[in-house]
Amino acid sequence: MAKNDLSNGSLKSYADLLQSKQISSVELTQEFLARIHRYNPSINAFIALDEAKTLAQAKAADVRIASGKAAPLTGIPIAQKDIFCAKGWPTTCGSKMLANFVAPYDAHVISQFDAAGAVNLGKTNMDEFAMGSSNETSYFGGVKNPWSFDRVPGGSSGGSAAAVAARLCAAATGTDTGGSIRQPASLCGFTGLKPTYGVVSRFGMIAFASSLDQAGPMAKSAEDCALMMNVMAGFDERDSTSLDRAKEDYCRDLNKPLAGLKIGLPKEFFAEGLSADVGKVIGNSIAEYKKLGAEIIDISLPNTGLSIPVYYVLAPAEASSNLSRYDGVRYGHRADSYTDLMDMYCKSRAQGFGAEVKRRILIGTYVLSAGYYDAYYLKAQQIRRLIAQDFVEAFKQCDVIMGPAAPSTAFKAGEKVDDPVAMYLQDIYTISTNLAGLPGMSVPAGFANSNDGKALPVGLQIIGNYFDEARMLNVAHQYQQVTDWHNQAPSLPEGNA
Amino acid sequence: MALSIEDIKKVAHLARIEINENDANATLSKLSGILALIEQMQAVDTSGIEPMSHAQDLSQRLRDDVVTKTNLRDEFQKNAPILGNGSQEPAVAGGLYLVPKVIE
Repeated sequence: MAKNDLSNGSLKSYADLLQSKQISSVELTQEFLARIHRYNPSINAFIALDEAKTLAQAKAADVRIASGKAAPLTGIPIAQKDIFCAKGWPTTCGSKMLANFVAPYDAHVISQFDAAGAVNLGKTNMDEFAMGSSNETSYFGGVKNPWSFDRVPGGSSGGSAAAVAARLCAAATGTDTGGSIRQPASLCGFTGLKPTYGVVSRFGMIAFASSLDQAGPMAKSAEDCALMMNVMAGFDERDSTSLDRAKEDYCRDLNKPLAGLKIGLPKEFFAEGLSADVGKVIGNSIAEYKKLGAEIIDISLPNTGLSIPVYYVLAPAEASSNLSRYDGVRYGHRADSYTDLMDMYCKSRAQGFGAEVKRRILIGTYVLSAGYYDAYYLKAQQIRRLIAQDFVEAFKQCDVIMGPAAPSTAFKAGEKVDDPVAMYLQDIYTISTNLAGLPGMSVPAGFANSNDGKALPVGLQIIGNYFDEARMLNVAHQYQQVTDWHNQAPSLPEGNA
Repeated sequence: MALSIEDIKKVAHLARIEINENDANATLSKLSGILALIEQMQAVDTSGIEPMSHAQDLSQRLRDDVVTKTNLRDEFQKNAPILGNGSQEPAVAGGLYLVPKVIE
C-alpha cells in the first residue's frame, strides 16, 4: 500500500504494516491526526481531541509491538462516540448538560480497546443523548456528510459516521437504539453492525433507552467490523443485561461460500415510503447475491409499520426515567440562579437539555403518567412482542433478511429539523430489529444520484437471527469480495493543508 | 386523545422541566403530531398478548454480597456543578453536595 493511500487501508493492512515495522503506531496516528486537522474544522466529526493522550497510547502500542505481544488492533487509531465514558476525557453525549463532564472511569468498550492496545483518536459528535437521525440535535453543532457537505451524515452516530467515511480514523464505535449505527452507515457509505442485544456491555455507555441501546462497530468493511467485534463483545458483570456466553471469533466464517444461503426479502421493506433510487440499488445488490448462489425468498414482517409508534412510546418512556438523573446536583449543568430546590431542578433541566431531548422526556413522562400507562406503555410492549414474533416466523424460512437500511439517501441539513415525525420515519427499516433485540448491519451497496447530480451512498441492510453476527459478517464479506462499494471514499474539499 | 396546554404544563412539571407559555404552545403542536403517530397502536388487537419488556428473556443475575467497588467519591466530586446564585465555587463541602435548604 502506498503511503498516500494510508487512510484508506483495512484494519488488517494496518496490523500488517505495524507488525512488520514498516510503520509505527505513532506515524499511523499522526497521519490520521493530520487529516483531522485538515478536514475536521469543516466536517465537525470530532468534538474532543487530546493529542498528548492519543500519542502516549500510540507510543505504548509501539513498545508492545516491539516486544512481540501485539494483538490484531494494537496501535490502530479508533474514534470513540462521545457516549462512551473514557477516563480523563470529556464525555458529553452531545449535550450542554454534560458539556463540562470529564469521565471518572472507562466504559467497558473503552477498556476493551485499551486492553487490545488500540489508540483512542478522539471523541466523536452525536445527536444529543443519541436522540436524532441527522446529528442536528447536537449541542456542538451539526456534522457534514463527507459525500456532500450540504447534507446530514445521519444519526445519532453522525460524528463517527463522517469520521469513517472521510477516512479521519481507521474505524469508529457507535451505538444503535433505533438505527443510530445503520442509518448513518447507509447515508455515509460504510459498514456498520448493531449486534444482538446484550452482546456488547453497556457499562459506562450513557443510557438512552436501556432495553434497546447496543454498541457496535462502524468501519470500512465487514472484515474490519469482525475484528472490532472481537474486541468489543464479551460478558461484563457490571451490565446486568450482558449475556454470559463463550467468547466468539467473529472472523471465523468470513470466507465461507454463500451457495444455498436463503435470503428473505420482506415485502414491507419495499413498499410505499422507499425512494425509487434506493430501491433500485438494493435490487442490484440482491442480484449480486443471486450470482453468489443465494436463494431469494419472499417473506412478510406484517407488523413492521407499527415499529415506529411502539418505539416512540418505549424509547421516550425509558429515556424519561434514565434522564431523571440529570438534576444539577452531583454533575452536569446547574442553572446560574434559582430560588429553591424545585426551581433549581426545573431551570437546570430546561437549560441543559435541547428541544428534541425535552420532547422525548415529555412524551415519556406522559405515556407513563397515571391513567395512560395501559393505553400506551403496556400496549406498546404487547405490540413489541408481535414485532419480535414476526422475525421468529421469518427466520423459519430464511437465514438472513435483506432490505434497505434507510428509506432515502442523505437529506439536506435543516430539511427535517422542524418536523420530528418526518425525522422519525428515517428509522422505519431499522427500529424493528432493536425492538426484537436482533442484530442488523448496513453494507455499502452503491450510489444514487441526487436531483442536483451528486452521487450519494446507499446501504443494504442485513438482519440476522439472534447471535448470528458471524454469519452476517460472512454474508457481507463475500459481497465485498465481488464489489468495490466499501472501498469508495469521497473526495473532500481542500481543508487547512 | 387531544393534548391541551394544561397537559403540557403538567407533564413538564412532572418531568421537572421549566416551560414558559411560548414554549408550551410550540411543544403542544409537536407533541400532538407525535401522539397522533403513536395512536396507530390503538387499532391493533393485543388481547392476551404477553407484554415484552426486554429484548432478552433474562432473569436478574445475583452475586455474592461482597464489596466490589472502591470509593471514588473524590474523583466523582471533581464533576460537581458550580454552586450558582453568584458563586463560581463547586457545589461540594466536606464530601457532600450543596443544594438549597429544603427543611426549615
